[in-house]
Amino acid sequence: MAAGATLITFDKVWKSYGQGEAKVHALAGVDLAIRRGEFVAIMGPSGSGKSTAMNIIGCLDTPTAGTYSFMGIDAGRLDRNRRAMLRNLYVGFVFQGYNLLARTTAAENVELPLIYRGVATRERRDLAMQALAEVGLVGREHHTPAELSGGQQQRVAIARAIVTRPTLLVADEPTGNLDTARTHEIMELLTRLNTELGLTIAMVTHEADVARYAERTIRFLDGHVASDSKNLEVA
Amino acid sequence: MIWETVRLSLRSIRRNVLRSFLTLLGIVIGVAAVIAMLTIGSGTTEKVKADISKLGSNLLVVRSGRPAGPGGPGGLDQVVRPLAEKDLAALVAHLTGARAISPASQKQVRVIFGTESLTSGVTGTDSAYLDARDWKLVSGRPFSDSETRSGTGVCLIGETVRQQFFGAGDPEGEIIRVNRTSCKIIGLLEPKGYTGFGQDQDNVVLMPLHAYQRRIAGNRDIDNIYIAADDRTPTSELQPRVEDILRDARRITPERESDFAIRDMTQIADAMASATTTMTGMLGAVAGVSLLVGGIGIMNIMLVSVTERTREIGIRLAIGAHEKHILIQFLVEATVLSLLGGIIGILIGLALAGLASVTLTIPFVPSPAVILLAVGFSALIGMVFGFFPALRGARLDPIDALRHE
Ligand SMILES: Nc1ncnc2c1ncn2[C@@H]1O[C@H](COP(=O)(O)OP(=O)(O)OP(=O)(O)O)[C@@H](O)[C@H]1O
Ligand SMILES: [Mg+2]
Repeated sequence: MAAGATLITFDKVWKSYGQGEAKVHALAGVDLAIRRGEFVAIMGPSGSGKSTAMNIIGCLDTPTAGTYSFMGIDAGRLDRNRRAMLRNLYVGFVFQGYNLLARTTAAENVELPLIYRGVATRERRDLAMQALAEVGLVGREHHTPAELSGGQQQRVAIARAIVTRPTLLVADEPTGNLDTARTHEIMELLTRLNTELGLTIAMVTHEADVARYAERTIRFLDGHVASDSKNLEVA
Repeated sequence: MIWETVRLSLRSIRRNVLRSFLTLLGIVIGVAAVIAMLTIGSGTTEKVKADISKLGSNLLVVRSGRPAGPGGPGGLDQVVRPLAEKDLAALVAHLTGARAISPASQKQVRVIFGTESLTSGVTGTDSAYLDARDWKLVSGRPFSDSETRSGTGVCLIGETVRQQFFGAGDPEGEIIRVNRTSCKIIGLLEPKGYTGFGQDQDNVVLMPLHAYQRRIAGNRDIDNIYIAADDRTPTSELQPRVEDILRDARRITPERESDFAIRDMTQIADAMASATTTMTGMLGAVAGVSLLVGGIGIMNIMLVSVTERTREIGIRLAIGAHEKHILIQFLVEATVLSLLGGIIGILIGLALAGLASVTLTIPFVPSPAVILLAVGFSALIGMVFGFFPALRGARLDPIDALRHE
C-alpha cells in the first residue's frame, strides 16, 4: 500500500540505563523513520533494544539523548501527562501477554481507553461492540479474560487498541504466546486493519513467518539498526 | 466518570469482602463507639435533668451535719445535732419565697401484706411533701392535717409496692404492715420510674411524720427538710434566707459554722450534666484514637491494593490514563471503603445506644448533626489516609508497572 507522510522519526536516539561502569546502552544512536500507513516488523536478538525502541515509539518512554518526533511533535521531551494524552489519542498497544484487566469483561476492557477520553456510556458501549465485531469476537462481549482462549484474549487486546481509532498500533511480540494457527489468524487481522483502516503498525517479532506479513523489516543489533529492508512478498 | 470510578471501587471492595471488612473494623469500631457514646451521653444528660426535675424543680434540701467541705458532710469531729420540729416550725413561720416546706425522714423497712413482703423506702412526712416534690396521686387522697399531727397509721404507696402486693388491683383501704405496725392505704402515687443511678423511685411508702417517728424511727428527728421555691424566687436567693432562719432557730453564734447543710438540687443537676459531658468528651477522645488506627488500616490496605494492582495501573497508564485518573481511582476507593465503615459503624453505634437506652431506661436521642459529622469524618479519613497510597500508584512508571508480575 502507498505510504504517506512521515509519522515517526528517530534522530540519533540513545537510551542508556545505569551509571559509570554498569552503564548499558539499550539504544545507541538509532536513526529511523516510519511513515503513515506502514506495517513495519522489528526483529533482532534478545536484548538488542527492540522493546526499548517500541516504548519510545509508543510514547511510553523517552530517549536519554537524541530526538524522537511523533506526528511532528517532539514527543521525547513531553511530560508524563502530555505523553499519556498522545497515547490515548493516537496510539494503541498490543502486548505479548495480552495485558487485559482480570475479572473484567471483554467489553469493559475495550471500553477502558474511551473512559479516559470522557466518552459517554452509551457511545462507549456501541464503539466497544463495534471494535469487538471488527476482531471477530461477537458473542464473547461479556466473557472475562479467564473465560477466553489466548487467541481470543489477544483479539480483545487488539479491539481495545483500535477502539479509539488510533494512528499507530504498537505491538510487542503480539503472537509470542500463540500457536501457529492462532498466530496466522492474528496476523491476518493486523494486516486487514493495516489495509482497511490505514493503521500504521510497528510490530516486534522473533519469527520470520510473522515478519513476512509486514511490508518492511528493521533488524536491531546491540542497540543499532543493522538492516532496514522492504519485504519482497506479502503473504 | 466519577460514578464510573465509584462503581469500580465498589467492585474492587466486593472482590475482597473479607479483607475489606477486616480493614474497616477500625473505622467501624471507632465510629460505632463515637456514635454510641454521644447518643448514650446525651440520653443520660436528659435523664439526669429529668430526674432532678422529678425530684422537684427549684428544690432546696436541708439536712443536719456540716456543709460539704474538705471534711465531707457531717464530719465525725462533732456530734451531729439532728433537725427538729422547731427548725421546721421556724421555717414555716419566717421563710418567704417558698411554695412548700416539708419534713422527711427515711428508712429502708420491710413491708408486709399477707404472705408477700418487700423492702421499701419508708418516708415519714406531711401533706406538703407531694407539693414540694412535684408528686401527684393517681388515686386516693393525701394525709389530712389532723392525720399528720396525730400520726395516724395511714399511708400512700408507690407503683412498685402496689404491683408487688395487689398486681393491677385497687390498693385503697387495704392494711399493710410496716415494721410491725399497721397502716391503712389511702392513696396511690404517680409512677416516677428509675433514677439515672438505677434506684426505683416507686418502691416507696409515705406515712405521717409522727407515725414514722413513733413507730419506726423511735425518735423525734427529722432527716431532711424539703423547701420548694415559688416561681418568682430563685433557689440561690432562697438559700441564704433558709440559712439565717435555721442558724437563728438552732442558736448558732456568728463565729461558729452551721451544723446543717443546704443542697440546691438545680446546682446538682448542672454539676451532673457537666460531669456527663466531660465523660462523653473523654470517651470521644478514646474513640478518636481508634479512628486514627482505622485510618492507618485503610492506608495499609490501600498500599497493598496499589502493589497488587501495579500491572493494572500500568495498563491504564499505557492506554492513556493521566496521573490524576489513577489518583482519583484509588482515592475514591479509599473514601468509599472508609465511608462504608462509617455507615456500618453508625448503624452499630445507634443499635448499641438503642439497646443501652432500653436497659438503662434513658431516652434514645440520636443527633442528626453527630451522624452527619461521623459520615463526613469517615469520608475524610479515607481521603487523608488514602492519599499517599493513591499518589504512589499514580506516580508509577508505566513501563515498570507493565513489567510487574
Ligand atoms: N529498565 C531497565 N534497566 C536496565 N536495563 C534495561 C532496562 N530495560 C532494558 N534494559 C536493557 O536494555 C537492553 C535492551 O532491552 P530490550 O528490552 O529493549 O531488549 P529486546 O530487544 O526487547 O529483547 P527481547 O527480545 O528479549 O524482548 C537489554 O540489555 C536490557 O537488559
Ligand atoms: Mg522485548
